[in-house]
Amino acid sequence: MNIAGRLEKIDRRIIFLLTLLAVVIPLLLPIGFEIKVSEPVQKFYEAIEALPPGSKVLVSSEYDPATMPEVYPMNQALARHCFKKDLKIIGMGLWPQGIPLNQASMEQGAEEYGKEYGVDYVNLGYKAGGIVVISAVAENMPNTFPLDYAGRPIEEFEIMEGIRNFDNIDLIISLSAGDPGVRHWVMIAQGRYGKKVAGGVTAVSAPAFYPYLNAGQLQGLIGGMKGAAEYETLLGATGTASRGMDAQSIAHGLIIFLILFANFFYLLGKRRKK
Amino acid sequence: MMEIIGIWMAALLTLCILSFLYKDNPFYKFAEHLFVGLSAAYWAVYYYFNILYPNLIQPLFGHGQLLLIIPLVLGIMMVMRLFPKVGWVSRWPLAFIVGSYSGYNLITYLQSNALEQVRATLVPFIQIESWKSLFTNPGVMTFLNAIAAPVVVVGVTTGVIYFFFSKEHKGVFGGFARIGVWFLMIAFGASFGYTVMARISLLIGRMYFMLHNWLHLI
Repeated sequence: MNIAGRLEKIDRRIIFLLTLLAVVIPLLLPIGFEIKVSEPVQKFYEAIEALPPGSKVLVSSEYDPATMPEVYPMNQALARHCFKKDLKIIGMGLWPQGIPLNQASMEQGAEEYGKEYGVDYVNLGYKAGGIVVISAVAENMPNTFPLDYAGRPIEEFEIMEGIRNFDNIDLIISLSAGDPGVRHWVMIAQGRYGKKVAGGVTAVSAPAFYPYLNAGQLQGLIGGMKGAAEYETLLGATGTASRGMDAQSIAHGLIIFLILFANFFYLLGKRRKK
Repeated sequence: MMEIIGIWMAALLTLCILSFLYKDNPFYKFAEHLFVGLSAAYWAVYYYFNILYPNLIQPLFGHGQLLLIIPLVLGIMMVMRLFPKVGWVSRWPLAFIVGSYSGYNLITYLQSNALEQVRATLVPFIQIESWKSLFTNPGVMTFLNAIAAPVVVVGVTTGVIYFFFSKEHKGVFGGFARIGVWFLMIAFGASFGYTVMARISLLIGRMYFMLHNWLHLI
């Protein structure tokens, strides 16, 4: 059997093993590839930078543990960025499992910057209904979320004083891994109420949101772990996303090599058969 | 102590799941069944205490909001699907959901996903500022910025031509359709690239957990 024939019958477990090594070795022995910031992430960063201290940012978490490696680093970096800029965060979510993850990110950021729950940030929790919840929040936030995620009345919290609807929110950010998510925030908050909306999404869904960015419906966009690493770079902090970038680059290199290698021998084999 | 137990359980279950890459085995089966069972229980409890109880049971039976009888009846009608003889009853609440949701979404969807996107495509073919910036500061990024508008316009136009099936794709029309196919192929390639990136990210996340939280090697 020739080399092309042998390669066609290669055990797929060898490819799995190579991919595993391409990920594990750079994690153990970091190389430190440069992380260049792309325009959508720069815009996201600038949208937050443009807000004056004390502005209120609504952060909606629409992801779950399955997409944590991609979206959670964005959530952590976003909380740090907001607290660094003295912005107030109102957290909520259209996915139930995103609530504790958003809470953990805000708590972590609050600890670093000495922020207090109820004064500098609050978590309103989850409400079922997707797009209908967004419309309800737009019209009357206290009616939609009378209690926070732990069941405490929101009137107790200083941060919620004077908050009635979208008019009292300066920027809306949705961190999403699917629907309901960024798309619905764009449709309702931006499309119907003209609010500024920015998004953080998984890499799989990122291409679908570039048209919104191009049309100015999104203020900025963070796509996947790579986007999160770029955001961390802009903040001057090394997080889990930045640490994973060497592994990501090596693994991508391996995949590109395998695609080219396989196609080369496939075409070679085809030519010989002729 | 509980945290350590949690990390060990997560690490061992990760290994059980990854063992499928070698071949199907009892460890994988165990982890798979555990996941399915736990997920079902988690969502059942979650939906009851976070959706059904606060939105229906408490306000209806606790605060006497009688209007909620309507969604209660619609909900019961939906459950009828489980009984083949009266399964047809579930079509009514389903029709209610489909009708109200499409009515609610139609205008907003059209505005955000059609009209706004068309508006974004109606841009000057040659953007003077971008071309000026290319000549004053030549580089890859300034070049890409300069050609961005023509690429969007040509891409959208030829892409739409490809999906116009009332005329045979021959001659000049066929040529444009062919260009449209190229744009589509590049878009699919970019999308596939992003998908690969996402899957590798998930693997990195899991390996980072194993090496950092479990083995403390990094």
